[in-house]
Amino acid sequence: MHYLLSRLGQAATVLLVAFTAAFLLLQAMPADALMIRFESPELGLSPQQIADLRIAYGVDAPLHVQYWHSLSGVLRGDLGYSIESGTAVRTILADALPRTLTLAGLSLVVAVLVAFGIAFAAGLSRFAWLRSALRAAPSLFVSVPVFWLGIVLIQIFSFRLGWVPVINPGPVEGLILPVLTLAVPISAPLAQILVRSMDAVSLQPFVTVTRAKGASELWTQWHAVLRNAVLPTMTMAGVLFGELIAGAVVTETVFARAGIGRITEQAVRTQDIPVLQGVVLMAAAVFVAINLTVDLLYPRVDPRLRGKVAAAR
Amino acid sequence: MSNLQTLHAPVAKPAEQTAATPPAPSVSSTQARRRVLSARRSPRRRGSRTGYILPGAVLALAVGWALLPGVFAPADPIAGDAAVAMSPPSAEHWFGTDATGRDVFSRVVHGAIHSLSGALLAVTVGLVVGSTLGIIAGSSGRIVDDVIMRIVDVLLAIPSLLLSLSVIILLGFGTLQAAVAVGVASIAAFARLARSEVVRVRRSDYVEAAFGSGATFAQVLRRHILPNSTTAVLALAALQFGTAILAISTLGFLGYGAPPPTPEWGLMVAEGRDYLATAWWLTTLPGLVVVAVVLSANRISALIGRNQ
Repeated sequence: MHYLLSRLGQAATVLLVAFTAAFLLLQAMPADALMIRFESPELGLSPQQIADLRIAYGVDAPLHVQYWHSLSGVLRGDLGYSIESGTAVRTILADALPRTLTLAGLSLVVAVLVAFGIAFAAGLSRFAWLRSALRAAPSLFVSVPVFWLGIVLIQIFSFRLGWVPVINPGPVEGLILPVLTLAVPISAPLAQILVRSMDAVSLQPFVTVTRAKGASELWTQWHAVLRNAVLPTMTMAGVLFGELIAGAVVTETVFARAGIGRITEQAVRTQDIPVLQGVVLMAAAVFVAINLTVDLLYPRVDPRLRGKVAAAR
Repeated sequence: MSNLQTLHAPVAKPAEQTAATPPAPSVSSTQARRRVLSARRSPRRRGSRTGYILPGAVLALAVGWALLPGVFAPADPIAGDAAVAMSPPSAEHWFGTDATGRDVFSRVVHGAIHSLSGALLAVTVGLVVGSTLGIIAGSSGRIVDDVIMRIVDVLLAIPSLLLSLSVIILLGFGTLQAAVAVGVASIAAFARLARSEVVRVRRSDYVEAAFGSGATFAQVLRRHILPNSTTAVLALAALQFGTAILAISTLGFLGYGAPPPTPEWGLMVAEGRDYLATAWWLTTLPGLVVVAVVLSANRISALIGRNQ
């Protein structure tokens, strides 16, 4: 219980520091962007109206009042308003989330399949050249720029082979190439850690015993090695989430798909700080939540750790 | 334990199926063991010297491009010859030409300086700021350590691209800004490494002895901690160098880096995007150069880390 509370406290601290940093950076800007927008002559607001708006948005209030106001807003899920469109950031993100979740979720599934395929085949293959090729694949995947991969896939599958249309594709067809593009950078770190951890497990005495008892290589790899090697990949969940977000920004831009990534890209282009801040805070919150869950679940999944954690408490 | 108990029942069938080449299970098991051992040993044996040659040559070539672009590619990277616009790769134009007749190979060669110097600046920012934070955290009392490491936790909690974008939205667009933004994203990794190295070396007997014989912390840092952690930091720096090239080209592609007509690698791919159907060389070839350079940097980082 004490362990749970201290981990929760740590997670909350990280988020609070993240929010404070974002708030202070926003204050450090030379002029508040919201007011620049309202003061532009195109809107034709009178000085009186601008002054009213300043009071309404609370920009002249002392720093600690603004901080408290903004913090309580974030806690209620109110992330402020976009400078560009004036829409609530929460609405913008909520509208874009489903499409990005579809893309990211499917890519994660494909990436997990690819990573397991690579790791399993690398452990099993009889040919040395194939083993080393499979082992080298993840480090190649890491080195490929996602934006370039997306473009090359469009070039090959849409323009050369004509298999997948890029202009006005159907909902399913429109997902094929983006999912492939996003799956590659996600599968790479997953496969790397899986291969490494399978190597480590292969040297364990119980694997030797399994082989000595006459198990085939396939059976040994599947039952004895892979099952035990999967555990360390759980700790990758947070890192993978970061890769998914970064990949979504690029993939959605390349394929002109609406979503969180596209919103992020446009927010930076138009210097729409509240929107970017909302995305960053959301990403940080999800990252912290994922890591917290993994930390708490890990001893449940791996019985060997239960004693250690209990001792650490 | 459950592995062993359930082993007898299902093992017979797969063993027979896969027993086509290795007749007895015992053979396959020794084979497998040898395989595991060779998989572990062979790269180490080979990796001592020869492993550096190919990635080293790629990086050396890239550095050569950056320092002396005119030697490797005499064609003008900015001004084009409209008569040869959109010609595919040939002996005259290795990477073809773009819509305004500029030689793509020449642009890639002249672009090397932007990517390499940007990556160098990014790694320097990450290395200097990160290591300083890490060393302070590792050598100070608990409160300072906690405060610094919570800040590092925050930097780690934000995906690195979003962190870079947050810096860019504050600093504005440009080559320099993009490089600093990428560097900020790598601070956390360096800080954690530096802290763990300080803590590791600090616990060793000879450091205790050095303190015992009256050395100050600054002396111990300079004579023991820094020399002992060079390899680990170098391996991370090489890895971050590759990552930085990738990140800078991504920012360039998104249009946050150098403005056109700068021959920046990511920007070149972005510009070639409009001619996907007709001119594959505009996007494919500059991208392949990025892959080769990043792969080489990662390879060298892995070799440094392995020889540690």
